[in-house]
This record gives sequence, structure tokens and C-alpha cells, in this order.
Amino acid sequence: MHPATIDWAIMGVYFAFVLGVGYTLRRYMKTSTDYFLSGRSIPAWVAGLAFLSANLGAQEVIGMAASGAKYGMATSHFYWIGAIPAMVFLGVFMMPFYYGSKARSVPEYLGLRFDAKTRGLNAISFAVMTVFSSGISMYAMGLLLNLLLGWDFNTSVWLSAGIVLLYILLGGLTSAIYNEVLQFFLIVCGFAPLVFLGLKDVGGWHGLTQRLSYVATSQGFAPQAWSSTWSGMGHAASNPMGVEWFGVAMGLGFVLSFGYWCTDFLVVQRAMAAHSMAAARRTPLIAAVPKMLFPFLVIVPGMIAIASTVHTGASGFSLPHKADGTLNYDMSIPMMLGHYFPHGMLGLGLTALLASFMSGMAGNVTAFNTVWTYDIYQAHIRPGASDHHYLTMGRIATVFGIALSVAAAYVANRFNNIMDMLQLLFAFVNAPLFATFLLGMFWKRSTGHGAFVGLLSGTLAAALHHGLTLPTASVVGIKGGWLAVMHHYPSEMAQNFWTAIWAFSACFTVTIAVSLLTRPRPDKELAGLVYSLTPRPPETDQHWYERPANLGACVLAGALLLNLLFW
Amino acid sequence: MGFDIRVPLGVMFTLIGALLAGYGLVSDPAMNQRSLGININLWWGLTLLAMAVALLSLAWRARRRA
Repeated sequence: MHPATIDWAIMGVYFAFVLGVGYTLRRYMKTSTDYFLSGRSIPAWVAGLAFLSANLGAQEVIGMAASGAKYGMATSHFYWIGAIPAMVFLGVFMMPFYYGSKARSVPEYLGLRFDAKTRGLNAISFAVMTVFSSGISMYAMGLLLNLLLGWDFNTSVWLSAGIVLLYILLGGLTSAIYNEVLQFFLIVCGFAPLVFLGLKDVGGWHGLTQRLSYVATSQGFAPQAWSSTWSGMGHAASNPMGVEWFGVAMGLGFVLSFGYWCTDFLVVQRAMAAHSMAAARRTPLIAAVPKMLFPFLVIVPGMIAIASTVHTGASGFSLPHKADGTLNYDMSIPMMLGHYFPHGMLGLGLTALLASFMSGMAGNVTAFNTVWTYDIYQAHIRPGASDHHYLTMGRIATVFGIALSVAAAYVANRFNNIMDMLQLLFAFVNAPLFATFLLGMFWKRSTGHGAFVGLLSGTLAAALHHGLTLPTASVVGIKGGWLAVMHHYPSEMAQNFWTAIWAFSACFTVTIAVSLLTRPRPDKELAGLVYSLTPRPPETDQHWYERPANLGACVLAGALLLNLLFW
Repeated sequence: MGFDIRVPLGVMFTLIGALLAGYGLVSDPAMNQRSLGININLWWGLTLLAMAVALLSLAWRARRRA
């Protein structure tokens, strides 16, 4: 697959506009608030699309298509139950505290609500995590471009890091947000025709489900196992994910999903940049509408890829094999781009891949520079300096944040195991987070000591659970069981979901217990930070369809409908 | 803030749409075998141009109202 001049021209147009947006916005960057919070000036729809796009990194696109091939339509659990309800909860219930407290970051909210040590713990683990995850996705992208286009690993890494660096350095969060909107449109416009051509090739939705039934029966599942979401979830053995409905609903739908969408500063930062409380609350609700439809854009290509591999379509597409003889699911979208798109469209498809990579990376970098500057540098290293000083620090943090990610990409390239271990560690740290926020926002009696000890015990519980259980057919080690094997899970996914459930429960109970033993903060200090002590934000000046509760109900109804349609 | 992302979006998609549609018109039709015989460059290029016009007219209307 070698790009022709026309493909390069299209990629060139994209690069020019991404840098152009950054360059145009540089004159608005006067204070640190402009740089880190876009001066709280972003319209709701822009913030909403950026909210979505920051999460839509290349790993998400490639990974969701791979899961579509591996597990079929049930992968949409990561959207319809694993994202939408949490996004609605964030907009309706949690945004008033994030936005209303005037906190500039999620760790800062924890500082206001609890204490400096809880804030510090969250800030440091988040900062380390964002740098490494952006490094890991840079590494994945470098490998992909190398395999696909024969680009040199070094060139891909430095070129994309350089472009992201330039536009964030110039226009800060504003530039990242506006470029995420650009990237959102490109990702949709690049992948939608791919889904159309792929579906046409396998004979439409009907042809697809028919072929998928061969995929399912050849592996010993019911014929509809690849084309339905819930019908095989009664028992872990009757669906390819190896998880039962309770694990999906509690582990993914509640703990993991709320933990990510409601507390991860990477996404919440986009909503905090909105121009008003009303716009901030609408941000995740607006984002939820396209999010609901994304399975058709990123999961269906994977399903098409596996369907035509098992039972070839008219054009003879099939997935490549890995060195060990198994199918290389990660290549679903890249191989389809090369197979169905002639030059011209190929350029657009590759641009969409690059755009998804850059939006994910920019999301990590802007979240990192804010948390570093406000929650680590200003809070602990140099408090009380001038605003100009922090603005400069933010720009420096952008440079070294990207430099560290590049370094992480090279480490990942050399020592793959270290990265697997780090990702596991982050999973332990993140799993209990939502319990802390839930108790912090809705139970005024919870205390700083309670939150801090609760978080640590949640992480410890996650590590213990992982060390004591093992997915079947896995070897003791990074997959679990490194203390002793007390329980076998049918799949790695089931183990992940249950690790999260245990971590959440431990954090929840320990936070309550320790809070009851420690002295609560007086009510008047908690106004604006806790549900029962905060006046509801006025909604009378909004149309009925703009009110968060109504909008949220419509979004939930939509997600429910999709679940039923693809039951 | 006097910045409307719909303007750069519209201009970018005008350029990309024109490039694709133009290439679809002049390129060898044999190339479209990949895309199941559909001249996807031409049709998708025209779709992107239509989207660009919609974005630009929305931005123009918003500016006139302000």
C-alpha cells in the first residue's frame, strides 16, 4: 500500500489546517486560564465533540475494530452500557460540582472537597499515567505506520509528536479542542465510506449476519453470537467474551465506565472549558449522541473483516495472520483501508487514522500540562508566583510532557513487558476512583482521611484480586495468579471486570469506615462541593430540550433502544 | 471569542472534497475495481463538498446575526 501524490496532498491539507488553527489561536493565549481552560469560552457543541475526540485515539479505533472481529456486536457494550449512562450521570449530576466549584482540574476538586494528600495522590498518578499512555499509543502508531506504509518508526514518532507539540504550544487547550473537532469530522468522514463499501461487499447487514453465523458456529457458539449484544450474556460460556451479564453490567457498565468518564481529567477538562455551567453540563450529553453511533463506525468494520475472512466476499478480502498463525485482528481497519479504497480515498482514510492518533495524544498532553502546572508545580513546588509564570510553566510542561511520551514510546519499543506491567498498575490505581468521587459528592460525612485510605485500599484490593485469580488458559505472571491461584475466570475480560468490582467495593467500604472514625468538615466549608449542600443550578432560562435532565433522559432512551434493537 | 471552527472546517473540506472529486473525474476508471466498481472518489468528494457548503453557510449566518 504505497500512497500516491493525491494521498499525500490530502494528508498535507490536514496538516496545514491543524497547524493553521494553532497559529490563529495563539493571540488569545494571554493568561494561564486561557492556556489551560480555554478561558472557559468554548460553545457546548464544540466541547462535546472534543470530549469525544480526545477519547478516540488510534488505540481506541484499532482496538474496537479488533474486538469487533474477536467478539462481534457484543463489543458495543463498551459504548451502550460502558459509556452512555456514565456520560449522562456526569452531565446531569457531577458537572455542577466540577464547574461550579471553579476547580481548574479534577485533582483540584479532590483537594477542595477532601485534602491536599488526596489531591496529590490523584495528581501524581494521573500525570504519570497520561505521559505513559500517550507514549504507548505513539509506539502503537509507529509500529502500524511502519507495517502499513513502510515509514520509519523514528520518523512517525517525531513527526506526529512535533505537530502536536507545535499546535498545543501555540494555542493551548483551545487549539487542542478546536483541532479535536477537526479530527472528529475527519475520522467520521474517513471511516464511514469504508463501512459502506465493506457492508456492500458482504451483502449488507443481512449478508453480514449470515456470514457471522458461520464464524460463531465454527467456534461452537450459537449462530447469533457475533451479531447480537445481550442474547448470549446469560452465561460466560455462551458468548465469545467469556463474561456473564452481571460482570458486564456491574464491572464495565458501573465501576469501569463511571470511573473513566466521570473522573478522568482527560475528558472532563473539555467540559470544564465550556463557556457556562449550562454548556458544561450539556457537553457530555451532546457527546453521547455520536458516541452511541460509533459502534457502526469502529466495531462493524471488525465484524466485516472477520466475516469475509471466514466466508470470503465478492472482492476476496481476508485478514492477515500473525507470526504465530493466529489472525491479526488489529489489522482489521488498516487492511480494509488498503483493500477497498483507491488512491484519493486512501489518503483520506490514512488522514483519519493520523487524526485519531493526534487527537488522543493532544488530549493526554493538555491534561498533563494542566495537572502538572496547577496540581503539582503550583501546589507543591512553587506556590504564589505570577500568572505569567504559570503560563510559561505550562508551555515548558507541554514540551517535556511530549518529550517524556516520546521517551516512553522508545521504552515500549525496547521493553514490551514494562509497558504491560505499567498498564496493569494504572488499572489498579484507577479502579477504585469512582467510589471516592461518589462518596465525596453525595455524602457530606466523608472525610479526607477516609478518601485517602479508601483509595489506597481500593488499589491494594485490585492488586490482591489480580494476584489471586487467573483467566483459564493463561500462564501465571502478568495475567494474574502471582500470589496464588484461588479462582479461575473464563476470560481475561471477566477477570478485569471483577478486579474493578472488588477495588470499588473495598474503596467504598473503607472510605465509609474511616470517615466515620475521623472528624467531618463543617457544612459551610462544603457548600458547592457536595450535593446536599449545593443549591441546584437554575434552568429556567433554558428551553426544555436544553435542560440536562431532559436531554439525559432522551440520550438514555436512545441507548436503551439500540440495546433492544441489537439484543 | 471571535473564532468559529466551522470556517476552517468548511474550507478544509472544500479543498479535500475538490481534490477527491477532481481526482475521481480524471483518474483511470479501472482503479475503481477496489471500491466495488463505485467511483468513490467522485461521490465522496461531492458529499464532502456539500458538507463544506453547509458548514460555511451556518458560520456565515451566525456571523450575520451577531
